[in-house]
Amino acid sequence: MINIETYKEEQIDYLIVEGDVDASSSIHLDEALTKLADGDDIKAILVDGSKLDYISSAGLGVFMSYIDVFKSKDIQLIIFGLSNKVFNVFQILGLDQLLNITKDKEAAKEKLHEVQS
Amino acid sequence: MISTKALIRLAVLFAILCWLALIASDLFLLFAQQSNVNAGITREIPFLFLTLFILFIFLYFRLKTQKAESINFIDLLWRVFSIGLMVSIIQLVIGLLFYLLSDSKLLKNELAVNFFYHINLGAIVIFLISTFITWKRLILYQKNKRLQFAWQFFEYGLLASLLFSFFDSAFQQWVFTGILGGFFIFGLILSFNLKWIAYLNFKQKWRSILLLSLVLLYLYYFVNNLFNFAQEFSLVLNLLESVFILSIVGFISVYALISILVILFNLPTSSVFEQKISEVLNFQKLSQSIQKGENKDQVYETLLDSSTNAVFSASAWLEISETYENEEGVIETRKKVLKSNIEDNEIIQAKNSIMESGIYAYLNKQKAAGYKKDFIQSKLISNINDPTFSSVMVMPLIVKDEEIGSLTLLKDVSDGFNREMFDIISSFVNQACISIENFELLTEALENERYREELKIASKVQKSLLPSELIQDDKLEMFAFYTSADEVGGDYYDYYRLNEDEVAVIIGDVSGKGTSAAFHMSQMKGVFHSLVQLGLDPKSFLNKANQALASCLDKTSFITAAYYNINTKERKICLSRAGHCPALFYDSSEKKASYFKNKGLGLGIVRDASFEKYIELKQISYKPNDMLILYTDGIIEAKNKSGEEFGYERLCSTIEVNAGRSPKEIKKVLIDRLTDFAESKELDDDYTLLIIRFL
Repeated sequence: MINIETYKEEQIDYLIVEGDVDASSSIHLDEALTKLADGDDIKAILVDGSKLDYISSAGLGVFMSYIDVFKSKDIQLIIFGLSNKVFNVFQILGLDQLLNITKDKEAAKEKLHEVQS
Repeated sequence: MISTKALIRLAVLFAILCWLALIASDLFLLFAQQSNVNAGITREIPFLFLTLFILFIFLYFRLKTQKAESINFIDLLWRVFSIGLMVSIIQLVIGLLFYLLSDSKLLKNELAVNFFYHINLGAIVIFLISTFITWKRLILYQKNKRLQFAWQFFEYGLLASLLFSFFDSAFQQWVFTGILGGFFIFGLILSFNLKWIAYLNFKQKWRSILLLSLVLLYLYYFVNNLFNFAQEFSLVLNLLESVFILSIVGFISVYALISILVILFNLPTSSVFEQKISEVLNFQKLSQSIQKGENKDQVYETLLDSSTNAVFSASAWLEISETYENEEGVIETRKKVLKSNIEDNEIIQAKNSIMESGIYAYLNKQKAAGYKKDFIQSKLISNINDPTFSSVMVMPLIVKDEEIGSLTLLKDVSDGFNREMFDIISSFVNQACISIENFELLTEALENERYREELKIASKVQKSLLPSELIQDDKLEMFAFYTSADEVGGDYYDYYRLNEDEVAVIIGDVSGKGTSAAFHMSQMKGVFHSLVQLGLDPKSFLNKANQALASCLDKTSFITAAYYNINTKERKICLSRAGHCPALFYDSSEKKASYFKNKGLGLGIVRDASFEKYIELKQISYKPNDMLILYTDGIIEAKNKSGEEFGYERLCSTIEVNAGRSPKEIKKVLIDRLTDFAESKELDDDYTLLIIRFL
């Protein structure tokens, strides 16, 4: 089961991912990210993973495939609030070296500010 | 138990013997009477033989006459007719003989006259009994329990009346008439069981009337003959005095007469009945056509034929749109039209007329509603303003909530279609649609079966990509366990002996599952075997592998891998990790297991030269009895019912506790522990475990 919500706050797009992201539900994550990437005037996407219970290799593949897309469009992607277990999955694959991953929303905003300036 | 065949033969034999005994005893009595001497036998003896003769004939025909079935009514009647014909011939011959010898002395001789009368008597009894049994079969066609009981009562009552002749003199005439009247009325009531007539077609009805009339004619002739004998000559035994014979004659003629009348009155309606029967048969044909392995076209043809026949339509066409794949692999639709007594230009004209009637508009409305509602009869039937036709009925063919075509029936009279016709056509069309759907399901099932076979082959091929033998020598021993959730999986492990002292080991896991993962896994194998021979260090190996795979993997796919260079001479392991789960290393002196902590990145995530900077090269030394445990994430992520993962801790402790055992045993303990933990044998991921113990 997966539940994805988006909202905009202070010109920053937020994406809340809740539940399990496996081979079948990763399609929804992909759709949500495509929608955001295609939108106009998107400067930054902050992914709230605090309610993310599990992510499979297919789910990681979705994040991975957007690294280049966001880079070319100059969109900042920051993931925050991951549980230790889920962060460990990112870390083992090495995605922590490529993605900005922070502890919570405040740290994510700080990081964004830091990167943008 | 005596067989039926033997019983029939015995019945014939005894019937003949009884008949001969009857003639002998009767003539003997007559002779004694003429000579005025005491015969030494009473009047009852010939009666006994007559009764026995009748009983054996009865038995014979009961065994011989087959059950009435809708196919053999005419056969049964025909048999009665032929027996009657033979009996008539016998009677005619005797009549001719009497005519020729009318002046001779022979006819003055009572013995001779009685002898001929007995021949007549035997023949008539045979005819009467055979007809009686045939009538019984016809009356009991589609019997119920009450009818069967009534009939048995009648039949046994009649047989019991045979005894009456023994007490002939003891009763008054009114008892005789009373019993006869009783049988007559009972027989009359039973005669109204005429279900078999309904199953005759028009031709058979005429034949039945003819045969039944002949039976009546015979009866008249036979009874008349017997009566003449009784009038002209003095007889020892007069058959017309038997209540049994008279009752049977009465019953047979009444039933024949009623049958003739009922058949006559049924003649005008028989075409309707035949129509209904053919509808049922057509319906059956439609539902069976798929089972017989016929194709869709045959179903369409049967539908069109049955429908036009069922409603007597003047013309009809069936339009089917079929989807197919053209040469370029694009799905296209083509229309197929099956015509019945109609030309193309008439179809175009009729379509325009139907368009005006609003039927097509109604169908389009139903289509928009997804065919959820039942069709309304009055909306699909209409009179049309067309030069050739005056009324129309359109019935769409719906398979899986989609219209695959429509059947159009046309008549040259207005108001040509009614409710019954709508019902029958709609059930024909439904049945045809079910047949088509079944046909498609069957084709699909066969195709799936083929895919399953293909997958089995793929699974076999994939298993053969993994090493069949592992190293077991005096320097190291390896044990592996591999299983996949689907027929094919994305896990991979392999080794390569670089030289006498060096072994390269790889373990990998392709993102995703199933067939696409399996393809990438085989690519990984190709990459491993080409690059391993270059003798690269693990970091360079992974870097080159990443470059090779960058152009092979699709955008969202990646492969995690870990590469180990084991030098058994120097007892050193050189390793690098590309996003794969960190290997577990067991230190035998400290009796502790720990995970390697070096950074890495999955292959295919970064597809340019910068990949190199995310990979670390690490080197460790080992002692004998140390162990290297490689695995894929399926093991770590195996969940129990409450959603808890097996995790790194459990894997680590299981290895530490069981380190004293052989690698083979450790493998078994670990797998057991894992399945116990998951509480189900159903695997939902690929699991790979590779244990290497150093010696």
